Amino acid sequence: MNIEELYQEIILDHSKRPRNFGTLPDATATVKGDNPSCGDEVELAVKLTPETIETLKFTGHGCAICMASASLMTTKMRGKSRVEAQTTIEAFRHMLTAPEPGEPPSHFGDLLVFGAVRRFPQRVKCAMLAWRALEQALSSSPEGAVSTEETDAM
Amino acid sequence: MESGDTRPWEAIREDFPILAQQVNGQPLIYFDNAATSQKPRAVINTLSHFYEHDNSNVHRGLHELSNRATAAYENSRKLLADYLGAEPETIIFTRGTTESINLVARAWGEANVGTDDVILLTEMEHHSNLVPWQLLAKRKGATLRFVPITPDGLLDLDNLDALLDGPVKIFSFTHISNTLGTINPVAELCSRARRAGVVTLVDAAQSAGHRPVDVREMGCDFLALSGHKMCGPTGAGVLYGRKEILQSMEPFHGGGEMIVSVALTESEFKPPPHRFEAGTPAIAQAIGLGVAANYLDEIGRQRIFEHDQALALQACALIAEIPGVRIFGPRDTRAGLVSFVLESVHAHDVVSMADQYGLALRGGHHCTQPLLRKLGVPATARASFYFYNTSDEVIRMAEILRKIHAFFA
Repeated sequence: MNIEELYQEIILDHSKRPRNFGTLPDATATVKGDNPSCGDEVELAVKLTPETIETLKFTGHGCAICMASASLMTTKMRGKSRVEAQTTIEAFRHMLTAPEPGEPPSHFGDLLVFGAVRRFPQRVKCAMLAWRALEQALSSSPEGAVSTEETDAM
Repeated sequence: MESGDTRPWEAIREDFPILAQQVNGQPLIYFDNAATSQKPRAVINTLSHFYEHDNSNVHRGLHELSNRATAAYENSRKLLADYLGAEPETIIFTRGTTESINLVARAWGEANVGTDDVILLTEMEHHSNLVPWQLLAKRKGATLRFVPITPDGLLDLDNLDALLDGPVKIFSFTHISNTLGTINPVAELCSRARRAGVVTLVDAAQSAGHRPVDVREMGCDFLALSGHKMCGPTGAGVLYGRKEILQSMEPFHGGGEMIVSVALTESEFKPPPHRFEAGTPAIAQAIGLGVAANYLDEIGRQRIFEHDQALALQACALIAEIPGVRIFGPRDTRAGLVSFVLESVHAHDVVSMADQYGLALRGGHHCTQPLLRKLGVPATARASFYFYNTSDEVIRMAEILRKIHAFFA
């Protein structure tokens, strides 16, 4: 495949000008994600209500795939219910790692650009980092850290 | 050693069948030699010949095949000894540099490093020359000290004598930095350590296949190398140890091959080097490593060094023309590798894009996280060269990097 399929305009745009980049003073959960082999680091701050993700922001540094994925995720997840968010995280992971991914959900929109990442197995963890941080934030132990090193099929 | 193989580089390159391929529709440019080198036909053929004709275990069979395998394995030890200016009984076959250093940290470290003793390292070490010492220090309650680096990526030796002062037991340092390309003054470091009564270990992973390495000239106590970075197979490396120091050491692993006699509750061990080679070794790989060492010496290691360095300096000059690029390591004298970052492009994006042009680079922390922290970057891209690489490939790399820079600009 052509490399431009991986680095589409949307990814370049979000990596250069990440949306929702910054801290969230009234966050209810903060998760640090890191990807030791690349040096990618994302700190995700989320304000949660019992039912929804009220808002979320991130800071950190990493490759274009990692930054763009974090940025697009924050735009997609703001205001989502916890259940919707969980489903989207699963669908995103499925799109990147499932042997037979099938058609992604119709509401994916811009997230579809990350479908190309599955052809670059070494980069899956870059794209998944912020998503794993959000998954952790939504879990029963919302503080802490995640590392993409050990999971997310390589 | 007199140079026997005087063929031009283009002809020598033909010895490496893997290089004649296309990757992503482009001719492969393999610039990841610091991670592992490619293998010449002579080494590849040695492996198949061994398995087709001589395969057997060593040192225990009384039959013909075992005799052949043992003779070839021990002959390889002699070849490696010649390669390093050492005696065969000072050459221990290991899996590679990492295992060699762990062997010293265990078999020598356990007996010689105690509470409040000091282990001296440098800030430019590979994780394989950090973690074994961290583990030893933790077990023993010892302290780690580090020789700092200058902004140019050289060791700052101004305070070396002070750092070597006190209960310092061992000074373990790299000959060539796999991230910076710095060539450390090994003989001087060993001599200053010896004056202070400190044992030395040289990590020769990046140097053994790339330049002359002679333990007598260096004056080191230990030296570790990896065969796969010097045209040999993976799974075979060497630990050199000064004869007297090896004789004083307890075994590393226990098992077959390393014993004279075994009773239920105690055993008598063989002398070095076999004392440190428990179990069936990587026989074919060790034999292949001997062939690799011979192959490199035929070409001539000084000739290889000059070729690699010329490519690195050419690469530095061309990469430096890219706006906003940052090149790490010393400017004029360096080994055959270049680490760099392109302005606002992460190293992994550089490497992924380069791969689409058939260019194999390395991107990441190169197993030197503390060093990169000091340099203030999370990752760098690295091009590392070997004698089969060409000046045209370096020019092509620079073109590709300019395209990548323009793409992300």
